[in-house]
Amino acid sequence: MSLELVCPAGTLPALRAAVDNGADAVYIGFRGATNARNFPGLNFSESEAATGIAHAHERGARVFVALNVYPSPATWDAATAVIDSAARLGADALILADPGLMRYAADRHPGLRLHLSVQGSATNWRAIEFYRHEFGVRRAVLPRVLSLTQVTRLIERTAVEIEVFGFGSLCVMVEGRCALSSYATGHSPNTQGVCSPAHAVRWEETTDGRQSRLNGILIDRYAPGEAAGYPTLCKGRFRVNDAVFHALEEPTSLNALDMLPALMAGGVRAIKVEGRQRSPAYVAQVTSLLRRALDLCAGADAGGGNIGALTEALDELAEGRTHTLGAYHRPWQ
Amino acid sequence: MSTRTMKLAVGPILYLWERSAALDFYAALCDAPVDIVYVGEVVCSKRRVLQKEDWPMVAQALVDAGKEVVFSTLALIEAESELATMARIVDNADGRIEANDMAAVQYCDGRPFVAGPHLNIYNEPTLALVAARGARRWVAPVELPLATIATLGATRPPGLEVEVFAYGRLPLAFSARCFTARSQNLAKDDCGFICGDYPDGITLYSRDDQPFLALNGIQTQSAAVQNLLPQVEALRAAGVDILRLSPHSRDFAAVIGAFRAAVDATGEAARCPEPSLPGGYCDGYVRGEAGIGHAG
Repeated sequence: MSLELVCPAGTLPALRAAVDNGADAVYIGFRGATNARNFPGLNFSESEAATGIAHAHERGARVFVALNVYPSPATWDAATAVIDSAARLGADALILADPGLMRYAADRHPGLRLHLSVQGSATNWRAIEFYRHEFGVRRAVLPRVLSLTQVTRLIERTAVEIEVFGFGSLCVMVEGRCALSSYATGHSPNTQGVCSPAHAVRWEETTDGRQSRLNGILIDRYAPGEAAGYPTLCKGRFRVNDAVFHALEEPTSLNALDMLPALMAGGVRAIKVEGRQRSPAYVAQVTSLLRRALDLCAGADAGGGNIGALTEALDELAEGRTHTLGAYHRPWQ
Repeated sequence: MSTRTMKLAVGPILYLWERSAALDFYAALCDAPVDIVYVGEVVCSKRRVLQKEDWPMVAQALVDAGKEVVFSTLALIEAESELATMARIVDNADGRIEANDMAAVQYCDGRPFVAGPHLNIYNEPTLALVAARGARRWVAPVELPLATIATLGATRPPGLEVEVFAYGRLPLAFSARCFTARSQNLAKDDCGFICGDYPDGITLYSRDDQPFLALNGIQTQSAAVQNLLPQVEALRAAGVDILRLSPHSRDFAAVIGAFRAAVDATGEAARCPEPSLPGGYCDGYVRGEAGIGHAG
C-alpha cells in the first residue's frame, strides 16, 4: 500500500501549492481559536475553505479540517460550529483531539470521517482503540515521541490507520501534553491553539548581544553574527547546574526521509508535513521534494534522483538548516 | 464563609526517591491529617521508588490508618511492557486507580477510576463522557483556570468529585527524551538513575538566572511551586472537593498542616513555610493567566 502525503495549508495559496505539487491530502484550519496554528493572517474563512475543497477535489486530493484545541465551555459553540461547517462543505475528514467534540461529530455527522489529532496524545494501541470504539475514529496521528519499533508494533495491534510526522518543526514534548507555553505566557496549544505566541515575544539588543524574551522570560541570547531563531520556548538555551545549552531541544527539524522505506514496510498509512504557518513557496518546495521521495520509495520516480539529494534539499528549507530523525531513532531519546 | 467540607490528598511521588525515604514518607503520612494518598509511578517506567511487593504493604498501612489509597498509573505509555504494568495495577487495585492515559480508561472498561490530571478534560461533554466510562473523580488539568473548573463543577455528573493540584512544582510536559540524563550527558538507555540525585528535580534557569523550569526525567515541571493556600476559600466556592499536595522532600509536614488548617477553616493562621526551592511560589493558572504568575 502506498503512503499518503498529507501537507499543511495555512492559506488558500498554500493549499493550491500543496495540491498542485503532489499532496494526496491537505489539512486546513478555520479562523479563530479552534486549531493548533492560531496565528494572525492564517487559516480559512468558510468561503475560502469551499474554494480550497473544490480545487483539491478537482485534482483528486482530499481536504482534512483540523480542529485540534480542547475547547472550554466559553469556546464550545465556536468549535461545534466549525464541525458543522466542515460537514456542510464536504471536508473529507475532521482532525479532532477533544473527546467531547468527537462525541458531537460522531452523533451529528455520522458520515464524516474522524481522525485523532496528534494533540490527542495517543501513544499506544489501547488509547487509539478507545477512540475507535467510542467514536469510530478511522485514523490516528502519532505524537513525535515513538521509536520506529514502537510505531510498527502499535500498528500490529490496531485497525485504525496510522499517520506519522515526516518533516517539519519538531515538538520535543508529547503533543497535547505540554503546558510550557501556558506556564510562561498564559496561552497554550491545548487551550488557544498557540505555542510561544508572537504577541509575547520581545527582541532586545544589548551589550551581551541580541536576546529574545517570551513574556519577559529570557529564552536565548545570541552572539554577534550568530543566527537567531524564533523563541519557541523549548528550543531556547538555559542553564542547568553549570552548563548553558539547549537543555530541551536544539532548533532543528524532523526529517524522516531515511526512515520512509521502514515506515512504509511497517504499515504506516500517511506521512504528515508540519507547517501551516509556512509560506506557499515553502509548502510547494517541501511537497514537491517529499512527493519525489515517496515515488522513489515506491519505485515510481520518473525524474531520477536519490534520497540523499532530496534530504540535502529539504535541509536547506529546515529550521536551523539541520535535521534529526527525532524519536524514530532511539539514541535521540 | 462556606463550611462545605474539603478533603486533602497527597499526590504520587513524582521523583525518584531513595526507598528508605519513600517508606519513611508513607509511614509519616499514616499519622498525617490527610484523607487520600495516591501511590505508584506516574513519570518513568524504569524507576522503582519501591519494589512491586512494597506497594501493597504501604497501601495497607495507609488504609489501616484510615486513608483512601489510590494507585496512580503512568502518564506516557509507549511500550507493551508499560501497558502490561498498567493492566496489572488496574486488575489488582479494585477500582482504586488513577488513569493518566486513555489506555487506562480503555482497559478499565467501565470499572471505576479517578480521571488524573494528565487526561485532557477541558469541557462538560468530555467530563460527562469519562464519567459515563467510570470516572468517579476528576483531577483538573493544571492549566485550567478556576472559573472553568467551577463551570464544570457546577454541571458535573452526579457523585463526581473535583480535585485540584494545589501545592507543588507543576507537572507541565512529558517527552520521550529524558532531560535529566541529557543534562548530565548520559544516554536515556544508560541513565544510571541519575534523577535519584535530585529529590525535587533539577532547576533550569534562564541565562539571566531566573529559575524557570525543573527537569524531572521525561517530565518538565515548573521551577516555582504552585501554592494555592491563599485561594482555599475561592477553591471551596468553586465547588472543589479535594486539594492535591504534591510531595516534596522538604517541609511537607508543615505544608500539610497549613492546608489542613485552611480547609477546616479553624481560624488558625494557615501559613506555608517560606519556599525552600528556587523559583518561589506561583498561582497564575487559577486566574487564567500565565501559570508562573504570583499574586499570593
